[in-house]
Amino acid sequence: MTTTDHSRPGSAGGADVPGPLHGGPDDDHTPQQLAAMDRTELDRLGARYDGVEVLHVEPVAPPGSAVDRQNTRKVTLWFALAGVFAVVFLVIYAGSGWFLPDWQWPASSNTWSAIFTPLLGASMGLAMICIGIGLVLYVKKLLPHETAVQDKHDGSHFDRVTTGATLMSGLDNSGLPRRKMLRRTLYLMGAAFGVMLIAPLGGFIKDPNKGNPLGTTPWREGMRLVREDGTPVRPGDQEPGSLATVFPPVEGGDHTVDGPVMLIRLRPDQMETLVTPAGREDYGYGDYLAYSKVCTHAGCPVSLYEQETSRILCPCHQSQFDVTQGAKPVFGPATRSLPQLPITVDDEGYFVARGDFPEPVGPSFWNMGRLG
Amino acid sequence: MATDTVPAPEKPATLAGKAAFEVDDRLIVAGPLRRTLNKVFPDHWSFLLGEIALYSFIVLLLSGTYLTFFFDASMREVIYDGSYAPLRGLSMSAAYESTLDISFDVRGGLLIRQMHHWAALLFVASICVHLLRIFFTGAFRRPRETNWFIGIALLVLALLEGFAGYTLPDDLLSGGGLRIFSAVFLSIPVIGTWVYFTVFGGDFPGELIIGRLYILHVLIIPAILLALIALHLLILVKQKHTQFPGPGRTEHNVVGNRLFPTFAGKATALLFIVFGLCAALGGLVQINPIWLLGPYNPAQVTAGSQPDWYIGFVDGGARIFPPWELDLWGYHIPPVLWGALGIPGVMFGALALYPIIERVLTKDTASHHLLQRPRDVPVRTSLGAMALTAYIVLWISGGNDVIAEKFDLSLNAMIWFGRIGLLVLPPIAYWATYRICLGLERHDREVLEHGIETGVIRRLPHGEFIEVHQPLGPVDEHGHGQLAYGGASVPKKMNQVGGARRAIKGFFKPVEEPAEVQRQAELEARGLEAERADRELTGSGRPSEGGRPSDGGRPQDPRD
Repeated sequence: MTTTDHSRPGSAGGADVPGPLHGGPDDDHTPQQLAAMDRTELDRLGARYDGVEVLHVEPVAPPGSAVDRQNTRKVTLWFALAGVFAVVFLVIYAGSGWFLPDWQWPASSNTWSAIFTPLLGASMGLAMICIGIGLVLYVKKLLPHETAVQDKHDGSHFDRVTTGATLMSGLDNSGLPRRKMLRRTLYLMGAAFGVMLIAPLGGFIKDPNKGNPLGTTPWREGMRLVREDGTPVRPGDQEPGSLATVFPPVEGGDHTVDGPVMLIRLRPDQMETLVTPAGREDYGYGDYLAYSKVCTHAGCPVSLYEQETSRILCPCHQSQFDVTQGAKPVFGPATRSLPQLPITVDDEGYFVARGDFPEPVGPSFWNMGRLG
Repeated sequence: MATDTVPAPEKPATLAGKAAFEVDDRLIVAGPLRRTLNKVFPDHWSFLLGEIALYSFIVLLLSGTYLTFFFDASMREVIYDGSYAPLRGLSMSAAYESTLDISFDVRGGLLIRQMHHWAALLFVASICVHLLRIFFTGAFRRPRETNWFIGIALLVLALLEGFAGYTLPDDLLSGGGLRIFSAVFLSIPVIGTWVYFTVFGGDFPGELIIGRLYILHVLIIPAILLALIALHLLILVKQKHTQFPGPGRTEHNVVGNRLFPTFAGKATALLFIVFGLCAALGGLVQINPIWLLGPYNPAQVTAGSQPDWYIGFVDGGARIFPPWELDLWGYHIPPVLWGALGIPGVMFGALALYPIIERVLTKDTASHHLLQRPRDVPVRTSLGAMALTAYIVLWISGGNDVIAEKFDLSLNAMIWFGRIGLLVLPPIAYWATYRICLGLERHDREVLEHGIETGVIRRLPHGEFIEVHQPLGPVDEHGHGQLAYGGASVPKKMNQVGGARRAIKGFFKPVEEPAEVQRQAELEARGLEAERADRELTGSGRPSEGGRPSDGGRPQDPRD
């Protein structure tokens, strides 16, 4: 055989005859033989080629029998129900605000908007569940129950050896194992290239130490303590035993993370048991104390003040702080006292801060004690 | 040439046949398609648990795509002016406003939103139950360790995806959760503050986090999930499904239904049922009513706030961990690190490494395709029960404030229950499970040896009363059964071995002839013999098995 064939331009030779369609089976079974087999036989023949043997078929009720008619009725009923629910969904969905009441809130005080979503969910859900039940019944009652077994094959030694040889000969041909210089260059290039690809992620990095944002809050000396509506607070405004949340008087002050402060007025009996930590003797004003509202555990606002026990509870992880002992944690996972804001009263008789918190507000972190 | 002697096959005559011929002529798919349709799937309800996860993921993809058309992942400050009167005029983020719009101003939007949320809960729940099934039946053993690792990765990603998802509306509850998340970042030793500033693009909450979580939630994590699920299924198909031991089932075959039509029918049915369940829950059972919570404000929090169920154990860990802050020469490691990052880290780490741990401890490196019953592997089962107990204690502790309130208990007592329970209850669970496993094993052997209790009491001539036992197989001269335990469930009631006939069908009146049912039953009794003969043909015919099926678990002839 010549290696070139001039009747087929561009061809470099080789056989010009189509191979057998898919190998084995076409040679073993002629079209005539296949034509002589019925559908079940063909099905089983194909299954055998796939390593599947049908062991046992439990037939369904004979067609036309009472059981068969009943089974068909059941399956049909579920599919019909599914269709009905689908139509119900469409009517409710499209009909609201057309021939049915409007679905939108608060379309006067009708109940339709309250049941609109439940009705949609119920009808859509029922339609799909009915289809599911219909299908299950179809498989269980109308299909013959077949038990089949399929062989499981382990890996082939032949495949492993030949594939390995192909891979390794490719590697040998590339010469990489012996071209040391090229190989090492590829490693280094690959490493540099990989780092280059992820380098733009550097844009995410922000310096947490620039301007000490973690160690400072908006509070400054002379800032008034204002309520959510911006009004300042006087010493006479609160009953003994009460707590009010106050904010720094800055733009968006009531939405700052580390700004909220609890202004607490102690009862006389609490004043008797008051323990002021060293160095904070002048932080309070009379029977008023101001503590950061941000939990030192995970940063939730500690909001629940139980004045009988002088405890403040964080609703997130149940840390409890005692306001008569410098808001030190007495139970739960928190480890640090709530930072105290030094306060006094200005010339006009309103509460003002005497400066920022002396320590970082909120959850603890690695270099918290070493901030500049 | 050989092919010339074979006459060309006839062209198909029907329209469908013609179309199929045209397709196959171009794509040559008939062979692979037949192999797929013929693939055998074993039949057991517990094999459907993973499918529930798959189908709820489909619900999530569809409903989630719908929601993206309306959701605005921006923290831009807006004044609400929508349909929900109580919040009108309030300043909030665009994310929260658009979530309100989905709930109140998009026709059917609330249904889809709630469906999405319910499907997410179901997704994680079904992954967990699927994981327990795989664990307790030993389906993770060689050669399926890879799929176990992929499964653990899917679970962790599902948790992150869920967290990112319920944070997006930027309501008071999710904002509080995000704040706790930020504290966990901050607690990481050495690089904590850098991680925190990198994630939020500055101090919490900044103006970027919702947009970043959004792209994570709708693109990055779903893409990884989708790729891993595809890989998970490809490996499953390639390795073929495991099966429980039983008649004719070996390490080298799969007994069950072919994909088409039986398995496909059942799987489609399950898809519709899962879909329907999500739709019904989404419509009928309110979930995450963000309009009642209000927009996020760092100064506010609601009492009794709870995350979605699958984050509960992380919260529980943070709640019960004692206030131990490490102070290393002025550097701090706060307790929230151990509670919220350490405990889940250990948990998922142990879970991921378990196949390797078990392989090292048992020195079992063989491939396994037959599953184990939990009772037959008491150590593994007890370890699982132990881990599950620890998880449940953490999970209960995540909701301990709600439990304390509803049952009028002391909150501090609930926390102490969690702290002590986490240490004490798992070993107790281990011991109890171990005893239960041994008891069940012994009972199986007892029934195999002495037969099923029939409930028939007989008085012997000398006055002794005995209960008649039905042997399950051939017996020796002492009346002891000779069946060996084969790892399959042992019948323990007479009805399970045909003690009772089946009922005549028909609801109002019988639809079958009682006589015909009787004849069928007799046929079936003979059919048992026929089936046994059939079973001889089920062996692979491999020479290594001597061309005969294995005799595992089959009754042996009584020996003298």
